[in-house]
Parts: sequence; structure tokens; C-alpha cells
Amino acid sequence: MNLTHSLLSTRSAMFAVFTAALLAGCSSVKLDDVPVETRTPTAAGAGAGAGAAGTGQSRVEPVDLTKGAGNAGGSGRVIYFDFDSYVVKDEYRGVIDSYAKALAADRKKHLSVEGHTDERGGREYNLALGQKRAEAVAKSLALLGAGDAQVEAVSFGKERPAVQGSDEAAWAKNRRAELNYR
Amino acid sequence: MLNRRSLSSLAATLLVALALPAQAQFRVEISGVGATQLPIAIAKFRDEEKATPSLSISAIVRADLERSGQFRSVDAPGALDENSAPVFTDWRSRAADALAAGSITRLADGRFDVRFKLWDVVKGTVLAGQSTAVEAGDLRLAAHRIADTIYEKLTGNKGVFSTRIAYVTKGGGRYTVRVADADGEGGQVALTSAEPIISPAWSPDGKQLAYVSFERQKAVVYTQDTASGARREIANFRGSNSAPAWSPDGQTLAVTLSRDTGSQIFLVDRNGAIVRKLTSSNSIDTEATFAPDGRSLYFVSDRGGGPQIYRVSLNGGNAERVTFGGNYNISPSISPDGRTLAYISRVGGAFRLHTLDLGASNAQPVALTDTSDDEHPSFAPNGRLIIYASRAERRDVLMTTTLDGKIKARLLSTTADVREPSWGPYGR
Repeated sequence: MNLTHSLLSTRSAMFAVFTAALLAGCSSVKLDDVPVETRTPTAAGAGAGAGAAGTGQSRVEPVDLTKGAGNAGGSGRVIYFDFDSYVVKDEYRGVIDSYAKALAADRKKHLSVEGHTDERGGREYNLALGQKRAEAVAKSLALLGAGDAQVEAVSFGKERPAVQGSDEAAWAKNRRAELNYR
Repeated sequence: MLNRRSLSSLAATLLVALALPAQAQFRVEISGVGATQLPIAIAKFRDEEKATPSLSISAIVRADLERSGQFRSVDAPGALDENSAPVFTDWRSRAADALAAGSITRLADGRFDVRFKLWDVVKGTVLAGQSTAVEAGDLRLAAHRIADTIYEKLTGNKGVFSTRIAYVTKGGGRYTVRVADADGEGGQVALTSAEPIISPAWSPDGKQLAYVSFERQKAVVYTQDTASGARREIANFRGSNSAPAWSPDGQTLAVTLSRDTGSQIFLVDRNGAIVRKLTSSNSIDTEATFAPDGRSLYFVSDRGGGPQIYRVSLNGGNAERVTFGGNYNISPSISPDGRTLAYISRVGGAFRLHTLDLGASNAQPVALTDTSDDEHPSFAPNGRLIIYASRAERRDVLMTTTLDGKIKARLLSTTADVREPSWGPYGR
């Protein structure tokens, strides 16, 4: 193979260098000087991939956030959106109005509006699309009397679908904004 | 009639599965046939089954080289090690151009001495020889470094087999950030959470990961030192905080913030202080990634209707549109030489990995796959491979591909969903 020949032709002079490197490598292992280090792997969770947890240069320290977790999302009211749309449909006017009134009546109340998308497309772009939905709802709430500081629009993109599935019925249920008091 | 084109597409669908009975968990699936592949024989390392029964150094080396698309493995029967004097005429008759052999010895301090030698079979010369003593946890690293040496000696390019990747797995109600070897194996947990985690990104020095975690019921950007586990909140403003991208000097990160309403790109320092706002539009601006020279930023914006990739100078000025084909182009990754853009483009209803030559004026997008759910491409530090997420057998999987799309490998065989890969820099 031509590739090999041309690449290899320049290398033969390096034979001596590598032999020297090999010898140097052999003698560099000083058994008496090397402290024996034993590290116990603490990696949690089922292993994707094989084998030994790293030591030495490969060591990764695990952080586990699942301990004491349990503040998963609420189950507030849901507003659904049409495909590729950020318009709050008229049918939700009553829902928005009642939340806005409740927030106006109690300025200490705080509401989280969580935007969501269906599963199609990239995670980050969907996060931005969900944000746009949440902000549309937040804007409607503000127009109807909720204070700006009382409402936070956030997004989960496609990361927390309400319904599993890859058909229009599932997608329609996932294009949504959820309203949860915080 | 079977012409050249249909023959090559037939070859491309050929699946070569290299099953290793001794290492059931280590299975390499490589598909496709490259144009010029160097035939290399890699003998089983002497005592590798005895010294390290749970992993085969020679199999790791072999798989690394095959995955690169630039090598074809030739059978290497018989007992050989680095002290052997190979009969080169025999290896030439096996059509091997190169031969590697070595040994593994357990040292008194518990470490392993890994040695190998590489021969040019055609010229009958030694090309490389090495001896390294490693802890058990670094045995895979030693194997990948041997593959790197062989790759560099025979192709003239730097190998990426000893680099690391990060990715997110989802399974059993948990989201886990893992750090693994470039072949996806030897994964170690960096972070476990009950809430979603997306967009991990390696710092340029390979010591930290930035990512988006939903542990506070909203998107917050963190950085984490992988060796110590120390985490830092980088962006937790009102609204969503996402899409972290490190500047090449590692001093700043571009992030997408919705704190002023609308998703816009900001520059923050390593402590999370806002340096400045980089985009100001009434549209979505997100998924920033720096050009390798640090002077410009590529990002996704829907200012023209659908999402497209744009480029803006960090010295100011207007953003220029980069992608024109199709109406949905997202997730830019720039090759280390700055010449190639990898991204996801929607074709019909399918989301496919594409590349675009940034140097040519009328360059056309090139589809590298024929799958439909590709996501999140990330270049290898030598620019020769791209890692990306896709779907196969109803699972999220990680794939690597050569830039011509001819050689693809599926990483990992796990029941969990694997996604959001980020290829780390050289060194670890």
C-alpha cells in the first residue's frame, strides 16, 4: 500500500531512538520508590460501559443528587399549544384570568410557568421553544394583573414529557405550559 | 445493473460485528468500508488473559484503530511479544503492512507493566516501542495510548483514543453524567440526579464539565471539577439558563439566558459573573459555540423564521447566516481547524448529522447519516471523527463517524438511553 510505504520510509532511522526509549522505560520502574496506592471505587448507579472505576489519571469523583431529592414537578393546571405555536388559545382565557386574579389578590404568591415541547428536534432549541411558550403565558398573566416578580417563566424543553409516545396524540399532550405555585 | 455506486452503498450497509467472547461487555460494532485502510496485525499481548482477565489490551487497541476508519485488522495467530523477531515474509504474505505485539506483567507494587512494539512489515523495521507502568484503573488508558502511538506512527496524525468523552445516560428514573474513554467504555459517574441533565461541555483543559441541570426545577448551568466533584453554579438567573460553551482560553463561557425574557446569549466568567450580552434580538438565540480562534461565535437563531446557524464576531458587528439549505439547522460543532461545521439538519421529517465546508464559498451540506434522530455532534480533538447521539432499536445511542460518513461505530452496549456526547480535549 502506497500510503504505508511513503509514511514508513522516513521512520526507519528512528529505530535506535525507540530501542533506547524501550530500555529507558524498562529501567524507570523503581519498585522501592513507588508508594502503593489503593483507591476504592465509589461510583454509584448501574454501569454503562465496562469495568473498573478509574484510579490514577482516570479518576472521576461522583456526585449524587438523588439523596434527599423528591421535589419533583407539581401537578398544576395545563395549557396546551398548537404545533409550532406560542399563542395562548382563547379557551384558556378563563384559567389565565383566575390565576392572575389570585396573584393580584395576594402579592406574596409566586407562580412558576413551565413550558414544554414535544420530542422532535434538538434539546437546547426545544428548551428555548418551551421558554417562549412559558413567557407567552406569563405575559398574559401580567396583562390581567399579576405582578412581574410573582411569575417566573421557565422551560423543560422536551426533557419532561407528560405522555410517552411518538405520534401526534402524544406530541399534542406534550406541547404545553404547566402552572405551579411555588 | 450493479454499478460502482450501488456496490459501495451495499458495502456501507455491511455490518461488521467483532465479538469478543472473553469480554462479553466489550462489543464493537463497526459498519462501513473506508477507501484506503492500512492493514495491521495486532497480536494478543503475552499474558494479557492471565494478568488482566477482565479486559483485553490488544482487543482495545484493535477496536480503536478500526473505529478510526483508517485501519483494517489482519489476523495475528501465534504467540508474539515485544521481544519477538517476526518473520516479515510471513506477515507480508498475510497482507499486513504493520504488526504490533506486546506483553503485560503484574509488578510487585500491584501495578502493571505494559510493553509493546510496532513493526513496519514491508520494510522489516521497528517503528515504535514503549513500556509503561500503570495502576489497574489506568489499564484502558495504557491500551488507548498504545493505539494513539500506532495511529500517529502510521498516519502522521495525532490519535484521540486516549482522550475522554462525557455523556448523559437516562435509566431507572435517574439521569447520570458519565466520563468515559473515547470508545465509550470504562464509564465513571460524575453526577447522578433524579432530574434531567443536558448539554455537558468539556473545559479546554479537560478538567471541568459545564452542563445544564434541572435539579432546582428549572434549567441552571453548573461547572464541575471531575477529579474532585466540586460544583459551581455558573448561571442561575430568573428564567432558564442553558447551552454552556467554553471559550478556547477557558476563561469565559457563553450561555443562553432568558433573564431579560427571550433566549439570548451572554458571556459569563468562570465564577458566573456576566461579562456582557452577546446577542440582542427579538428571536431565539441559543446553542453558542466558539470558533477555535476564539474570535467569533457560531449560534442558532430563528430570526429568519426557522432555526438556522449564524456566526458573529466577538468584536461586534452583525451576525451572518451560515446555513441556507433546509429550514431547521441546529447544534453547531466546529472542527478544531475551524474549517468544518457539523450540525443537525432536518430533512423531510428526519434529523440528520450534516457537515458544511466553511472555507468554500458555495459549499453544499453533506449528510453523513441516513438515520432520523441524530443529535448533538461533537468533534474529536484531531478533527477526524465526530461523536453524536442517535436512536437505534428504540434507544438513544452514541455513534462515531468519520468525516466522510463511511465508517460508523456504535459505542457502548447498555440498556440505558445514552445521549448528549461531548468529546474532551487531548490529555487528561
